[in-house]
Amino acid sequence: MAIKMHILVCGGTGCTASGSKEIIEELNKELTAHDLNDFAKVVVTGCFGFCERGPIVKIIPDNTFYTRVKPEDAKEIIEEHIIKGRKVQRLLYVAPDTNQSVSDSKHMEFYKKQVRIALRNCGFIDPENIDESIARDGYAALGKCLTEMTPEQVIDEIKKSGLRGRGGAGFPTGLKWEIASKSRVGEQKYVVCNADEGDPGAFMDRSLLEGDPHSILEAMAICGYCIGANHGLIYIRAEYPLAIHRLQVAIEQAEQYGLLGKDILGTGFDFTIELRYGAGAFVCGEETALIHSMEGKRGEPTFKPPFPAQSGYLEKPTNVNNVETYANIPVIINKGADWFNKIGTEKSKGTKVFALAGKINNVGLIEVPMGITLREIIYEIGGGIKGGKKFKAVQTGGPSGGCLTEKHLDTPIDYDSLVAAGSMMGSGGMIVMDEDDCMVAIAKFYLGFTVDESCGKCTPCRVGNKRLLEILTKITEGKGTMQDLEELKNLSNVIKDTALCGLGQTSPNPVLSTINNFWDEYVEHVTEKKCRAGQCKALKKYVIDPDKCKGCTACARACPVSAITGTVKNPHVIDQDKCIKCGTCYEKCKFGAISIK
Amino acid sequence: MCGSKVNISEANYLKIKEICASFNNNPGDLINVLHKTQDHFGYLPVEVQKVVAECLGIPATRVYGVVSFYSFFTMKPKGKYAISVCLGTACYVKGGEKILDALKSELKISEGEVTPDGKFSIDVLRCVGACGLAPVMTINGKTYGRLVPEDVKGILAEYAD
Ligand SMILES: Cc1cc2nc3c(=O)[nH]c(=O)nc-3n(C[C@H](O)[C@H](O)[C@H](O)COP(=O)(O)O)c2cc1C
Ligand code: SF4
Ligand code: SF4
Ligand code: SF4
Ligand code: FES
Ligand code: FES
Repeated sequence: MAIKMHILVCGGTGCTASGSKEIIEELNKELTAHDLNDFAKVVVTGCFGFCERGPIVKIIPDNTFYTRVKPEDAKEIIEEHIIKGRKVQRLLYVAPDTNQSVSDSKHMEFYKKQVRIALRNCGFIDPENIDESIARDGYAALGKCLTEMTPEQVIDEIKKSGLRGRGGAGFPTGLKWEIASKSRVGEQKYVVCNADEGDPGAFMDRSLLEGDPHSILEAMAICGYCIGANHGLIYIRAEYPLAIHRLQVAIEQAEQYGLLGKDILGTGFDFTIELRYGAGAFVCGEETALIHSMEGKRGEPTFKPPFPAQSGYLEKPTNVNNVETYANIPVIINKGADWFNKIGTEKSKGTKVFALAGKINNVGLIEVPMGITLREIIYEIGGGIKGGKKFKAVQTGGPSGGCLTEKHLDTPIDYDSLVAAGSMMGSGGMIVMDEDDCMVAIAKFYLGFTVDESCGKCTPCRVGNKRLLEILTKITEGKGTMQDLEELKNLSNVIKDTALCGLGQTSPNPVLSTINNFWDEYVEHVTEKKCRAGQCKALKKYVIDPDKCKGCTACARACPVSAITGTVKNPHVIDQDKCIKCGTCYEKCKFGAISIK
Repeated sequence: MCGSKVNISEANYLKIKEICASFNNNPGDLINVLHKTQDHFGYLPVEVQKVVAECLGIPATRVYGVVSFYSFFTMKPKGKYAISVCLGTACYVKGGEKILDALKSELKISEGEVTPDGKFSIDVLRCVGACGLAPVMTINGKTYGRLVPEDVKGILAEYAD
């Protein structure tokens, strides 16, 4: 018997965290128990994207997409679906609008508007098996470059594609390669992949590396061929053990196949790749800091110029690109720049991967064409706001970015429109917030992050951001003044203009952007001592509605500081001076009599 | 040169020497060496840093400078069960701080601290890549997701021993 069916199980971080390892074990046990190992095979893939509904199991060839699978379901999947060919209805996704179950993912609202270029292989191949990658055109682009194209032709193709860096700044990739190729010709050069993924709410690069490591290796080799480098380094966060493991396996397999190492495909081109581990410093995502870190030093940024293309790793010309940037390269070579540059907007070509998270129904990893609107992402792909709450804002660009609000819902998303709207593309974090989120608290959250992560080398960032955080803290505690708001604005602009590196230069963005879009909320915190989202603990006021209170005494008994008084069957009252705003009473009341003001 | 006396057992000393040698005692590999060393000892006390410095032929201050710069490296031992609470943005907006507060009040320690019996420690980290399950925490690498503060008690009980 030959293998007729493949059972793909998501081995992405999200699904692994909710039990996909156990599912894999159970599926294999069942296959063995039914003597089906020659007929069906379990394949562990990278993230499918629809993490919200994970763990995901997909059956090929009929493309049945099972969601929220549990280890106990393995038996039924094997006995019903694999043996009898009957789908397990209860594990199918039910579309919330029609209440119909959908079995093929391409008919799901979540996937319909997505265009998968960088993520083309994630969820389709076993990332630890190079043959599966090769079966889907893995290393075909490298072969084409080495045997049919000169480095100049490859660079021209990338330039023509319009590809821009996906790590944040959006610098044209072809141009970057050209500069590196012309820099100090004939000397030792390096290709670096930036897999530091510093945005604290994002997992795009990690999922790409976990789901399709070979595409990144292939693209780095292509870059080496173009710029005249024969060694590559991947700088990856030590906190990503699964991605590290898969890269190690992939490098080893590619070397065995002669696709990395000496004399690749008999063309005389040598290229090797090694891993360097980050150690938990956000600033190391900045390319000069990253290079210092790779040299075994403190990851402090240095002034540019010199740019890495002139003097980078070990003072040699170095090309640094982001993981997702590299993931696009093989497709551009295989399908041609003219295919690629038809997707997207005039100045932003292709697609962008986002980690969609926060108060949204469909949390997950998505890849969308540039030019899509926020409305399409939130309400179609994302399935709307969780719990039917009201949309408030979307934060893009992480701690360097800003927020977009209702008035931006129909703006086509690309590098330039996001900057014009006061945010930025960033590396792809997209956090959705609803009416329960306080924008002052969000700004404070990001500033707290920046203060933790500032390397301390320059004063505006080291001292200035601390001061911003102090002011924001004051405001959330109800002690802010209108003058503080002015100082927030002024100081933010000073830090932007005078900080040494990108971290400091962008760190006030979350403050400025929330001030611009939610000025009223800042003012309310200051003048009315009120947080409309009810997030700022010090400004919360718990009150009991005497009409709704049944006098059950549950709240009074639960209050840790005995702030609630009242007698049985009579309305209770909260002593505001005693209340420490712990929220216990609010949770205890079964009659909805307690509200937060 | 490896040779001078430091306050550390012979076996540990040889282990560090072996780790450094596996990177050809190359100072450029300092961060990789420290990762391996921390994997082995669980943390990087000053005595260990000194041996690393000797083996790589660099000043101990440089090793200290690197250890203190990167948050992944720690000079204090963690608890037997190391708890990490995710406070990445996705977890933050879904109430990660409340999980942290519940842990702190349950274990009566703050983040960065270890319980007096050495059993639990609490740390904060950013995005473990399971935002779909936010808010999330991990205990010795095992992930717990979709948490509410009330879950904390029961989860800690799993580690009662
Ligand atoms: C504070 C800071 C953090 C950064 N973090 C990252 C990161 O995590 N990943 C990344 O690819 N680029 C990051 N960058 C951008 C890099 O400096 C660099 O521009 C990028 O890796 C270039 O690749 P690209 O042209 O392919 O985007 C960061 C920049 C700054 C200023
Ligand atoms: S801006 Fe901040 S992170 Fe950048 S060099 Fe200055 S202190 Fe360091
Ligand atoms: S919020 Fe807490 S302290 Fe205040 S009245 Fe309710 S239970 Fe008591
Ligand atoms: S728990 Fe609710 S109903 Fe009962 S006494 Fe308190 S406020 Fe009144
Ligand atoms: S981790 Fe499984 S779908 Fe994302
Ligand atoms: S932010 Fe907590 S898992 Fe991503």
